[in-house]
Amino acid sequence: MRGKEKSFLLLAIAAAVGLSLGSGMFNRYYLGIAVDVGINIILAVSLNLINGHTGQFSLGHAGFMAVGGFTAAKLTLTCGSSVPPAFQPFFFFAALLLGGIVAAVGGLVVGVPSLRLRGDYLAIVTLGFGEIIRVIFQTSEFFGAATGLTGISKLTTFGWAWAFAAITVYVVACIVNSTYGRGFIAVHDDEIAASAMGINPTRYKVTAFVIGAFFAGIAGGLYAHHKLVLKPDGFDFVKSIEIVVMVILGGMGRTAGVILAAIILTILPELLRGVAEYRMIIYSLLIIALMLTRPQGLFTFGKKGPVK
Amino acid sequence: MDSFLQQLINGLALGAIYALIALGYTMVYGVLRFINFAHSDVLMLGAFAAFYLAPHITPLLGVQSVPSALVVIIVSAAICAVIGMTIEFLAYRPLRKRPRLTVLITAIGVSLFIEFTGQHEKVFGAATKSFPTLLPKREIILGALHCSSNDLVVLVLTAVLLVAMWFIVQRTKIGMAMRAVSFNEQAASLMGVNVNGIISFTFGLGSALAAIAGIFYSMRAPGIEPLMGVQPGLRAFIAAVLGGIGNLPGAALGGVVLGLLETFLGGMPGLSNYRDGIAFAMLILILLFRPAGLLGKLSTEKV
Repeated sequence: MRGKEKSFLLLAIAAAVGLSLGSGMFNRYYLGIAVDVGINIILAVSLNLINGHTGQFSLGHAGFMAVGGFTAAKLTLTCGSSVPPAFQPFFFFAALLLGGIVAAVGGLVVGVPSLRLRGDYLAIVTLGFGEIIRVIFQTSEFFGAATGLTGISKLTTFGWAWAFAAITVYVVACIVNSTYGRGFIAVHDDEIAASAMGINPTRYKVTAFVIGAFFAGIAGGLYAHHKLVLKPDGFDFVKSIEIVVMVILGGMGRTAGVILAAIILTILPELLRGVAEYRMIIYSLLIIALMLTRPQGLFTFGKKGPVK
Repeated sequence: MDSFLQQLINGLALGAIYALIALGYTMVYGVLRFINFAHSDVLMLGAFAAFYLAPHITPLLGVQSVPSALVVIIVSAAICAVIGMTIEFLAYRPLRKRPRLTVLITAIGVSLFIEFTGQHEKVFGAATKSFPTLLPKREIILGALHCSSNDLVVLVLTAVLLVAMWFIVQRTKIGMAMRAVSFNEQAASLMGVNVNGIISFTFGLGSALAAIAGIFYSMRAPGIEPLMGVQPGLRAFIAAVLGGIGNLPGAALGGVVLGLLETFLGGMPGLSNYRDGIAFAMLILILLFRPAGLLGKLSTEKV
C-alpha cells in the first residue's frame, strides 16, 4: 500500500515539473488559473485534516496562509537579490519552508486554546486568531502596513504549486491512514471514547492544527510569489470561509472529494466571469442550495472512505 | 476626569448597541444552538429600511421629530422581523434535524447572499450613503461634560429594550415557551409548545432588535453601505460569547464590556491601530480562563 502511494507521489511531482517545463506552450491566463487550483488544493486538503479528519472547526485558515505568505515574501524580498540565479530554486524552497514553519508555530499557538474549547467556541476563537493576525500585518510597518508587500518576484510556477499539492495530499493521506493517524479519526468520531482507549485527544488536535497550518503557510508562500502583491485585506474571514466551503463541498474527511471541490470552486468563478456582477450572488446561493440538498458533500456516494 | 466621563458615555452607547445585536445572537443560539451568521446582515437591512422609509415618513409626521423617528424605527424593525422569520423558514427550518455544522455553513451562505445582493448596483449599490438625520442632534452640556443627545437616546432606548426583553422572556407565556424550547425541545413539544412557532418568534424578535441596533449604529456612523453590518456583527457575536452564549444578561453584559474596552483601549495612543484586534484578543483571553463565558456557568437556564 505504502509503495503505491509513494509512486503516486513521485509520479505526480514528475508530471507537475514536466508540465511546468513545457508551460511556455500554454495560455498564460489558463496557466495562472492552474496555479491557483494547485494552491487551493493545498489549502483545502490541509484544512480537511483539521475540519474533516479531526472534526474540529477552524475558521482561521487564511490567517495561517497570511503568516506563511508574508514570511516567505519578506525573505525573498530582502535577500532574493543576493542569491545567485543557480541557487534561486533552493532559496525559494527554503523561503516556502520557513513560511510553513512560522505558520506551524502559529498553529501551535491556536492549538493550545483548542484544548479547552469545542464547537462554536473553537470556531470563534480560530476566527479571532485569523483576524488578529490580519490586524498585526495591517499595522506592522515591517510588512508594509495596510499596503502590504509589493514587487515580489515571480517564483511560483505550475510545477511548484502542483508538486506541493501532491506532497500535501501524500502527507495528509499517509498520516491519516497510518496507525497513529487513526487517532485523528477516533477524536473526530467520539472524543470521550477515544480518550478511554488511551488516545490523547488534545495532542491529536494540536498535531492536526500544526500540520494544517504548516501546509497553509506553504500555500501562502506560493500564493505570494504567484500574485506578486500581498495585501493583509486579502486574508480576511471571507478567504477562510472559501476554504471551508471547499472542504464541505468535497465532503468532510474525503480527500479525493475535497481535491475535486477545490478544482471546481477555483474554476467556477472564472467561468462566471461573463456574468461578473452576479458571480458572488450565484456563489452564495450555491452554498445554500448545496447545504439544503447535499449536506454530506457533493462527491460523497456512500463509498467506503477513511471517515464514515 | 471629564474626558474619562466623556469616553464612558461613548463606550456605553457603543456597548449598548453591541448588546442589542448580541441579544439576537444569543436568543437564536438558545433555541437552535447555532450561530446565525446572517444576523449582522439583518442589521444592515434594518439601516437600509430606515434609509428608504425616512423620506416617506418624515413629511407626514414632521422632519426630525420624535414621532417620525419612532415610526421609522418600528416599521424597520417589523420589516426585519419578517425578513428574519423568512430566512429561518427557507434556509434553516429544512435543516432542523441535520448536524449543526451544516446549518452554520448555510448561515454563512445566507450572509454572503445578502451582502452580495446588497452590493449589486440595482439593489443598494456598494457606495456609502449618508444616513438621514432622524433626530435633531443637540450637544447636551452637563457641567464640563459634552455629550451628544443621540448617545443618550441610544442609551435610554437600549435600557428600555433590555428590560422589555427580560420581561418577555421571564414574565410572559411565550417567553416561558422560549425557555422551554431552549431547555429541551422535545419535552417542550410534548407539553404542547409549538416549537416551530416559538423558533420563528425568536428569529423575529432577534431580527427586530438587530434592525433597531442597525439604526442606532447608523445614527453614530458616517454612512451606511451593504457591508456595514460585518464589523458590529462580529463584535456583538464576541460579546455574546464573552457573556456566555445563550445567556441573555450575559449578552448585555458582554456588549457593554466590549464597548467600554474598545472605546478606552482604542483611545489610547499606540493602540488605536489595533482596535479591530482588541475585541478578539479580549475574547480569547477570557475564554482561556472561563471557557463558558463570563456568566455562562452561573445560570443553568439558557434562552
